[in-house]
Amino acid sequence: MGLLDARISNRNVLVTSVDNVMNWARLSSLWPMGFGLACCAIEMMATNASNYDLERFGIFPRSSPRQSDLMIVAGTVTMKMAEKVITLYEQMPEPRYVLSMGSCSNCGGPYWNHGYHVLKGVDRIIPVDVYVPGCPPRPEALIGGLMKIQELIRMEGIGITRQEALKKLAEKSVDPQQIIDQARRATA
Amino acid sequence: MDNGMEEAGNIMSAAVQESKAAYDSIQARFGSAVSEFDANPTMPFFEVSDLSKWVDIALFMRDDPRLKFNYLACLSGMDYPEQNQLGIVCNLESIGHHPHRIAVKVKCPRDGGAIPSVSCVWHTANWHEREAYDMYGMTFDGHPDHRRILCPEDWTGFPLRKDYQVQDTYHGIKVPY
Repeated sequence: MGLLDARISNRNVLVTSVDNVMNWARLSSLWPMGFGLACCAIEMMATNASNYDLERFGIFPRSSPRQSDLMIVAGTVTMKMAEKVITLYEQMPEPRYVLSMGSCSNCGGPYWNHGYHVLKGVDRIIPVDVYVPGCPPRPEALIGGLMKIQELIRMEGIGITRQEALKKLAEKSVDPQQIIDQARRATA
Repeated sequence: MDNGMEEAGNIMSAAVQESKAAYDSIQARFGSAVSEFDANPTMPFFEVSDLSKWVDIALFMRDDPRLKFNYLACLSGMDYPEQNQLGIVCNLESIGHHPHRIAVKVKCPRDGGAIPSVSCVWHTANWHEREAYDMYGMTFDGHPDHRRILCPEDWTGFPLRKDYQVQDTYHGIKVPY
């Protein structure tokens, strides 16, 4: 439940915890680092552009890892690039989040067997919070992944580790089939 | 009927005849340093049998007014494990001078083999030869910048060789799936 979904009294006073306010501020201004590695980056750029307009979520690419709190690994991570990805990740200030976008960065994708030059999953070198499947994923899928990151931030708080927050997120997961069926029934 | 079709198959197309004419000028100049002409309808080619003559042949092909092969369209690496050889295939064309085109094959031993570099003849060959070295491991004598071009410089092995086995780790990162 979002902070603003709570009822605000007629005197415009909202009573909540500091954790909630902090989380609300952080998840409403996720700044990803602007770097793309392959065709997924084209979808990421399309998601940033006017049709899908990521700025309505406060998501806006930054050109420096030091100003970013989210890394979208958009594309094929080659062995040559892997060490640079580690460096960029280490340059990001904490708390930082990693979204692995597309099959290549999830698990090597089409290069899993014969791609001698491809890292078979970016989670071999940096911890990944959210995986977005697809080759490449559509902008809607990327937005879905970004909203998962926002949900993850909502789960966090003082004294809660990232692992615990991820576990809470997994426990709160919704079976998408029901939503799909519901949407189909509505359009039928 | 059958004989007629066979004959038709043996007749070289006009394009291949152009290539044959170009080959004849090269053969007249270099004799046994080049192999027989192969009238492959897709891409007619000949082989350089005397490696030391390769740069001279290339310069002749580029500069002779009858040939004027001024455009190296592609330079590919090859692995021939049965003959224990590596090689390159150069696709040459003559832009603005002649309609002919031809491919030249140059081969060297598989272990420690070297081919003279033609990057001084066609500058395109500079990066193409680096790529062939990167993928197959033959050296190019006289190349001005003999380094890998795609793989990391400390990569082990040459990925497009038929017997290539990927290394287990690269800088401590697991490589195979």
